[in-house]
Amino acid sequence: MITYRFNYHRPRSLADAQALLRKSPEAKLLAGGQTLVATMKMRLASPSDLIDISGLKELNYIRVDESAVTIGAAVTHAEVAESREVQRALPALAELAEMIGDPAVRHKGTIGGSIANNDPAADYPAAAVALNATIKTTERSMKADDFFTGMFSTALKDGEIVTEISFPRVERAAYMKFRNPASRYAMAGVFVAKGKDGVRVAVTGAGPGVFRQGEMETALSKNFSPNAIEGIEVDPSGLNSDIHGSAEYRAHLVGVMAKRAVAAAMK
Amino acid sequence: MTAVSMTVNGTSVSADVEDRTLLVYFLRENLRLTGTHIGCDTSQCGACVVHVNGKAVKSCSMFAVQADGADVTTIEGLAKDGKLHPVQEAFRENHGLQCGFCTPGMIMTAVDMIRRKPVLDRETIRAELEGNICRCTGYQNIVSSIEDAAKRMAAKGKAA
Repeated sequence: MITYRFNYHRPRSLADAQALLRKSPEAKLLAGGQTLVATMKMRLASPSDLIDISGLKELNYIRVDESAVTIGAAVTHAEVAESREVQRALPALAELAEMIGDPAVRHKGTIGGSIANNDPAADYPAAAVALNATIKTTERSMKADDFFTGMFSTALKDGEIVTEISFPRVERAAYMKFRNPASRYAMAGVFVAKGKDGVRVAVTGAGPGVFRQGEMETALSKNFSPNAIEGIEVDPSGLNSDIHGSAEYRAHLVGVMAKRAVAAAMK
Repeated sequence: MTAVSMTVNGTSVSADVEDRTLLVYFLRENLRLTGTHIGCDTSQCGACVVHVNGKAVKSCSMFAVQADGADVTTIEGLAKDGKLHPVQEAFRENHGLQCGFCTPGMIMTAVDMIRRKPVLDRETIRAELEGNICRCTGYQNIVSSIEDAAKRMAAKGKAA
């Protein structure tokens, strides 16, 4: 399969990338391309121009300090998974990165691409929301809660580029997902975190976009253990219902994954 | 058309390609390196796995222009001086293939896997094969081949 014709650009700086984006309203940024290229081959996207930001040094770094793990937008999933610093400071995040796609996909796919695409079954949005991450762009900084606005949509404006994601370090965290047996995407994935922002529970895969489970957050704030959320019935209304599973089934999976995540976070 | 240059299996190559040319087509049709296969064309099956700058990637999911300046290795680049790579040798001896269509991708994935994780158990090998599909073997002998290759390469590494 080949895609429609487009013009490829490899800017040398973020400023050049922004200038190119401003010039072509139908352009798209290309980072790892592990979603975009497949989407283009299926004719679900046909950008006039691709602006390849994967090689920009300005977007390629991992910084860890006492309070946060900060990752440049062009860092690949494999780099996050293999980073000793991330493994030490925020092991749940390294483990999540290792669970994305497959090794070849992880060598190309980037954190910025995943966040900006906001696939309803993507893994990183769950980490960003549960860890109360700050997403920095070429124009501003936003909390993850404000950044993800629904299925494949974010607060990003035309021409705005994600530059880094900063995850506060927390006391305890874990991510568990139940994969679709064929596609291996999350049918339900739950990221649980306990830190100075309290307990936060973020769900991906089950609904039209990442969302927080408030009832579980309240229960876990009082007692951080799987038993605390045992009786909580997740409301299936609004959850995805398709040939892979009903909304009720996904609601049940959210409960199961949340309990497993809490148990893993306690270790 | 855009001029691209890259090193493929140790040889410098240059060509004018359309920006939309996928790396896998560039390898197969411009360079006639048909060992890299197109299976699913939707980045699920892994038959097209090659190494770009030492890392396994799916060549159906990147454009040739993205590989401008890169060092690319395909299945044709593994054997040296007429001698099979230890992973190829292990696939042959452990009967790690039947029809052989997925084999180039399996082997390129295996070489990358062993480079990153020199010590491999069967569970890890299976997890690492997530992105490679084989419709014949049931994977048993593929896993055995990779396990055997990793052991041989570790032993050889120690001896050297």
